[in-house]
Amino acid sequence: MSIFLNEKSLVIVQGMTGAEGTKHTKRMLASGTKVVGGVTPGKGGQSVDIDSHNLPVFNTVAEAMSATGANTSVVFVPPKFAKAAVIDAIDAAMPLVVVITEGIPVHDSASFYAHAVTKGTTRIIGPNCPGLISPGKSNVGIIPADITVSGPIGLVSKSGTLTYQMMYELRDIGFSTAVGIGGDPVIGTTHIDCLRAFQDDPETKAIVMIGEIGGDAEERAAAFISEYVTKPVVGYVAGFTAPEGKTMGHAGAIVSGSSGTAQAKKDALEAAGVKVGKTPSESAQLMRAILGR
Amino acid sequence: MDLFEYQARDLFEKHGVPVLAAAIASTSEEAHDAAAKIGGKVVVKAQVKVGGRGKAGGVKVAENAAEAKEKASAILGMDIKGHTVRTVMIAQAAPIDSEYYLAILLDRSNRTFLVMASVSGGMDIEEVARTAPEKLAKIPVDANLGISTQKAKEIVAAAAFPADVAPQVEAVLLTLWKVFQSEDATLVEVNPLVKTVDGKIIALDGKVTLDDNSGFRHPDHEALIDHAATNALEAAAKEKDLNYVKLDGQVGIIGNGAGLVMSTLDVVAYAGEKFGGVRPANFLDIGGGASAQVMADGLSIILGDQDVKSVFVNVFGGITACDAVANGIVQALELLGTKATKPIVVRLDGNNVVEGRTILKAAAHPLIEQVDTMDGAANRAAELAAK
Repeated sequence: MSIFLNEKSLVIVQGMTGAEGTKHTKRMLASGTKVVGGVTPGKGGQSVDIDSHNLPVFNTVAEAMSATGANTSVVFVPPKFAKAAVIDAIDAAMPLVVVITEGIPVHDSASFYAHAVTKGTTRIIGPNCPGLISPGKSNVGIIPADITVSGPIGLVSKSGTLTYQMMYELRDIGFSTAVGIGGDPVIGTTHIDCLRAFQDDPETKAIVMIGEIGGDAEERAAAFISEYVTKPVVGYVAGFTAPEGKTMGHAGAIVSGSSGTAQAKKDALEAAGVKVGKTPSESAQLMRAILGR
Repeated sequence: MDLFEYQARDLFEKHGVPVLAAAIASTSEEAHDAAAKIGGKVVVKAQVKVGGRGKAGGVKVAENAAEAKEKASAILGMDIKGHTVRTVMIAQAAPIDSEYYLAILLDRSNRTFLVMASVSGGMDIEEVARTAPEKLAKIPVDANLGISTQKAKEIVAAAAFPADVAPQVEAVLLTLWKVFQSEDATLVEVNPLVKTVDGKIIALDGKVTLDDNSGFRHPDHEALIDHAATNALEAAAKEKDLNYVKLDGQVGIIGNGAGLVMSTLDVVAYAGEKFGGVRPANFLDIGGGASAQVMADGLSIILGDQDVKSVFVNVFGGITACDAVANGIVQALELLGTKATKPIVVRLDGNNVVEGRTILKAAAHPLIEQVDTMDGAANRAAELAAK
């Protein structure tokens, strides 16, 4: 099993005809993802040949869904047009929308997130995220497919490359699903959503949670773990050396005053029984100890 | 981007938030002329992006233009918590009856917008929130509905604004929402919002934070950037579109992905404890597509930093494989030639790692040293910086 994404996921790519969209559609297909089409407003009726696949292009997500049965959309649309693309997917009641696009204004993400909550039929992952992978089953986004194999660990992280690093450290054990939730101030799926899903997924035996400075998502996740999660959780938090008031790459990664510090997050996680490593390698060792491998 | 008070005031005025007459001055002569133009009693206010300027002596009342000149001359050049005062705002003085607080902000925890309102304004609102939370009303605002007349009434009632000012405060809320939404702000704060002795509601001081991601629909925001405050290295990095933050240590850091780079800073700081407290010199994320040019730009910024004693390049090959990154490093050093003088510790892992390491080995550049693990490489970079 896995969470959110499996071998039955039928994927459409919003922005497939753009350079990024084409490049990553090719990669997703190569890793076995069932990509069934694309959406580019104004290019409906065309088709795109990628490797041996002939993929139809639609004007809207609703058309793409009714023609292909797609249940997952991945968005590679530039920031300027991302809001309209995500709203289109929400209005079509697309169950899962993975927004890779970096640099979306937060008023736009707040707007489409609020719209998704109102409609109640779409889970958004991202924006500004690497996507998610259920190794051996499906890979939606930009996570390298060949780092690791299917296995018992569930991973949730705000950061892309730290996700890859952790998957690499534990590549011999493998992962049920690794979800990059993104580092923006407003994201559709949180640590808590993933923790809940991993707790409920019978094949996930243990969970790695990677956090970083800014906001209080890790503190909230810690409270949720105390209350709901019985599977072992290993944590890692990046940004102990980050100074106050400087944004560290992710729009959300900023320490303001005493809130959002890495130490506060580590303390909260440890108080919830999570074993927190000082470095990614140490966190990986903690996971090995838990799984006896 | 955080704005100066005068920039916030200008945005308020543009969208109809009631403000007092004001002008900025960067010399005492300009301050004199501005005060003369406004007429009567004025307030000379240091323009710095940090709180507590009043206590630091950065806000003074002047009875006339001559006095404004004198006060401005004392305030200009002043250091307030590490911020040099380059500009003062000369604002009309207002006889104050009451001080209130209003803010619209992004509420990350609840992934929505939030209005905070209080009739106990003027002082540190965090203090109010801590000691008397019942005096600070917090009302969520749906991103797609915004602040309507109805919502404004709800907010005014929740914060218990006095009946005589309620209609004016409602009107201010509607205009503040315009500032917040149409300027793509993540924070619009008025503290204090005052009631003057003649019963008028005025935004006396404001704080605005704009969303850097929204630049594509606000070309006018470019003019609001404070170039004087930007570190020279940070400015050079920005020109090259690099995500760089100057820090105070000795190990230059280059990595791909914000999370991995933050993690690299931490690992270097831990390793540095063994070498007399060596610390990271910067944050630099070259992103996913680490081309030779991007690597060269990054290396050249870091090697241009006088504080840097060693460099740690920490890359996990994802979409951009390690061989491409290795070629980037080799070409970057060719481009830099004799400008590259500091030892560079490289750790490559991930996609095509064997090919990447082979390329660096074959290049046999005297400055490059490869270490296979992130922790080991951090250790080596810290050791080299301590030499």
